[in-house]
Amino acid sequence: MPFIPHTADDIRDMLTAIGARDTEALFDEIPAGLRARALDAIPPALSEMEVGRLMSARAGADGQPLNFIGAGAYEHHVPAAVWAIVTRGEFYSAYTPYQAEASQGTLQLLYEFQSMMASLTGMAASNASLYDGATALGEACLMAVRAHRKSKSQRILVPAAVNPAYRDVLQAVAGGQNLAFELLPYDPRGGTTTTASLEKYRGEDITALVVQQPNFFGSLEDVDALTDWAHEAGMLVIAVVNPVSLAVLKPPGEWGTTGADIVCGEGQPLGVPLSSGGPYFGFMTTRMEHVRQMPGRIVGRTVDLDGKPGFTLTLQAREQHIRRSKATSNICTNQGLLVTAATIYMSLVGPRGLAQVASTCVQRSAVLVAALARVPGVRVAFDGPRFHEAVLLLDRPVRGVLEALAARGIVGGCDISRDYPSLGNALLVCATETRTLQDIETYARALTDVMQSAAAA
Amino acid sequence: MSNVPADLRFLKSHEWARLEADGTITVGISDHAQQALGDLVFVEAPEAGRRVSAGEGCAVVESVKAASDVYSPVSGEVIAGNADLGGQPELINQDPYGAGWIMRIRPDDKAQFAALLDAKAYEAALAAETH
Repeated sequence: MPFIPHTADDIRDMLTAIGARDTEALFDEIPAGLRARALDAIPPALSEMEVGRLMSARAGADGQPLNFIGAGAYEHHVPAAVWAIVTRGEFYSAYTPYQAEASQGTLQLLYEFQSMMASLTGMAASNASLYDGATALGEACLMAVRAHRKSKSQRILVPAAVNPAYRDVLQAVAGGQNLAFELLPYDPRGGTTTTASLEKYRGEDITALVVQQPNFFGSLEDVDALTDWAHEAGMLVIAVVNPVSLAVLKPPGEWGTTGADIVCGEGQPLGVPLSSGGPYFGFMTTRMEHVRQMPGRIVGRTVDLDGKPGFTLTLQAREQHIRRSKATSNICTNQGLLVTAATIYMSLVGPRGLAQVASTCVQRSAVLVAALARVPGVRVAFDGPRFHEAVLLLDRPVRGVLEALAARGIVGGCDISRDYPSLGNALLVCATETRTLQDIETYARALTDVMQSAAAA
Repeated sequence: MSNVPADLRFLKSHEWARLEADGTITVGISDHAQQALGDLVFVEAPEAGRRVSAGEGCAVVESVKAASDVYSPVSGEVIAGNADLGGQPELINQDPYGAGWIMRIRPDDKAQFAALLDAKAYEAALAAETH
């Protein structure tokens, strides 16, 4: 079934059928003062050739630096087959077609995606994806308020060790709906959230606790203790996870005695290129008892009149085309193309391949941290187990060091000094499976030079 | 023709209310409403202890066709939601005035109950709706 716009002939036939002069006439009843004016700040259109040259020039300006930055978006190897398949005409539509009678292939793919995410996170049900990891967390907090019917406070505990960009988006998505977010400090030694920091909330009405694993510093939280503490205190637990890490870490469905209640995160590490920051996709899974409070589309498997298996959207009574203002969310779509890439990526690498990716990330980042920690003027901020990132503390401002490294073709990490002023000169570094031992050696040598030359100067 | 028991009170939005001997009010949706909705697949009944106002949407009934709010006929405190509907929403289709009850409310003011439609007025409202 083609998903293409109307031709000029189609439009003329439709206008003739309803007796309208032209398309503009259809808008006659809207007062002129309410009509949107042309967007003056948008530059004039360019041809495909012109855009191609402009983008090549801009990509050239980026160069091909060695990348050691993570902080929420991660450089992984994407097998060439992934995007070769995604860009097939059947998948490559500007619109995600949901009509069951026309789109069994797309619907089956979304169903397989949901099955994979449910399995990876250890939860019963998944939606067909959300916009990105940060907005998925915003939606998860709103969902927790709906799902926790005994809690009236709309207060949610958010560790400072949760990605600061996610915390900003939380405020933007849910702050206007009267949710209150309370910041939990991290332990200065381990860089993690402790149950001791939660004690002062015992006995209070708190809707949910957010737990990010691994947290923004790359450190592994004691998810079992945090989950059990929150459940005992009558809160729901919202897990924010890196999907690749789940190939080697305990899935949120098994955290503590009964598991997390809502799981969300950024899906980019699963086959989506960094691409200047997006588009990415968010994912969300939950327990079956909360499925009707979950936002977004859900594809189900069913049988048709003849008993043949088929796929269709299900539980649509949660959504705004049926429930209007009382819908669970204004999200009535999904990130179809990126989910297609993630599903194909997971199919190609398989559970064992994903575990290899994850464990190689752990090994390479451990080598990176050890190599950089030997550089004079550099020390590791936190003890304890990590996934594939770590915070380093420098004896001088991070910005100048990163600029000197960039001049040597190295993106040295993310300067988090402004987000965490109490840490001082803090640099968040990452190594995935794409960084070889030689790459790490190159970085360590360059950093040694930069730190020495600056010391001499 | 749908069943409209003479001893109940009704809302135009198709809820029924029964004044119990202990002064509480049991609420459900009418036989007409369950017929119009079709097979129910999910019911969200309110939690005991919740304060509700007359006319406030406090339960949701979802059928294969649509999801609808159930409005409280009176102001008061919910003293029970029908837990059986969690696993058996079809009780509303089978027995809308009995096992398919949705919630019990302790009213602040019994006069609100007296002001609801009686069976005759509700039948008239139904007749007006179909014409």
